[in-house]
Amino acid sequence: MRITQGCFSFLPDLTDEQISRQVQYCLGKGWAVNLEFTDDPHPRNNFWEMWGLPMFDLRDAAGVLMELNECRKVYGDRYIRMSAFDSSPGWESQRLSFIVNRPKDEPGFRLERHEVDGRNIRYTTKSYAVDRPEGSRYGGK
Amino acid sequence: MNSPVVPSAAPKGAGETPPIERVDLRREFAEVGIGEVLDQLDRELIGLKPVKTRIREIASLLLIERIRKRMNLTSEVPTLHMSFTGNPGTGKTTVALRIASILHKLGFVRRGQVVSVTRDELVGQYIGHTAPKTKEILKKAMGGVLFIDEAYYLHRPDNERDYGQEAIEILLQVMESQREDLVVILAGYGDRMDKFFASNPGFRSRIAHHIDFPDYSDDELLAIGELMLHDMNYKFSPDARKAFVRYIALRKSQPLFSNARSIRNALDRMRLRQANRLVADLDRVLSVDDIMSLEESDVLASRVFGKTNMA
Repeated sequence: MRITQGCFSFLPDLTDEQISRQVQYCLGKGWAVNLEFTDDPHPRNNFWEMWGLPMFDLRDAAGVLMELNECRKVYGDRYIRMSAFDSSPGWESQRLSFIVNRPKDEPGFRLERHEVDGRNIRYTTKSYAVDRPEGSRYGGK
Repeated sequence: MNSPVVPSAAPKGAGETPPIERVDLRREFAEVGIGEVLDQLDRELIGLKPVKTRIREIASLLLIERIRKRMNLTSEVPTLHMSFTGNPGTGKTTVALRIASILHKLGFVRRGQVVSVTRDELVGQYIGHTAPKTKEILKKAMGGVLFIDEAYYLHRPDNERDYGQEAIEILLQVMESQREDLVVILAGYGDRMDKFFASNPGFRSRIAHHIDFPDYSDDELLAIGELMLHDMNYKFSPDARKAFVRYIALRKSQPLFSNARSIRNALDRMRLRQANRLVADLDRVLSVDDIMSLEESDVLASRVFGKTNMA
């Protein structure tokens, strides 16, 4: 099941050229761009691991692409997302976020029904991938 | 889809624009606007003949390269990394800024910013600190020019555990693999740069343009001084000018002479003395001319003259 989180996720995966144009748009707006990765892409998991620090004061998307390729080299089997932060309101707020790398095979989620208090049901989504330990969830070593 | 009749001359299967057949070089030249930058270079930078010639050559090459690209005559992106060697105050940083704007106008760097750094900004203090630091600077310089002043400090031959080497390796790698994203300019004093290149052959071979900045002659220094004064809305009185000619000759023979920078400092001190002289006489009514002119006494009060009198 293809995970759809953030911008553009219903489109085919962006090419590097397209990513770079998006990044250039963000830089043109004066936003800081940040890369994060995870192998636990549960929709409620807000806390992805950061790949280095957010990149401030960049002028050209080539710098972000350089980091992205580094990150893919190390965590190519995981989800990587790029997010852009705007500091003009006086605090950093996210303006744009999209997935720039995903595993080849995405097993998706199962819905668990938990019966409580008679016939009431509570629902939980669970990723099939997280049954395996961190680092080996998406075909990693 | 209903498409209009396509001229039969159009090449087949090309979504891209067809390669052009002939170009009007003059129009091309005017369009890019480098003529303006080169003229400005001639006007605002005095002397530096070999440097200007070299920049003209590079600009011509890039212009032709641009046209070749549009004619579909593919060739590799020319290596644009440069090294500027020369004594202090010969205009290396100033020229680097101009080069960036030339490269930008010709479309060889995308943004045209200059990130000027020294060893401190590239090399870290402890293990694992250098690589992120160097990469951060490289990322900031992407799409523009990275200007490394006094580049030889990156390499410390006396300390083999120095982190400078790590920075050098990252630099070399990016200089090679991302040639179209960034241009690196190394600058420094001639003899030490030679030593630096001798111990880092990788650098020498990755840099296509080694440009040497000559020292200025007395006349050029005078012209530079007058240009600086003009920009600051000052001028020499005729006597002060004569005194300044003597000042230059004397100052050049003294230690720690750093060309245009020394001239700038001297002028700043003269402005100080002029202001002091004017304030000393509070009852005077000053004209614009008084405020603008530096007098002979402002020049002669320099310690450069004092020393020779004593000797």
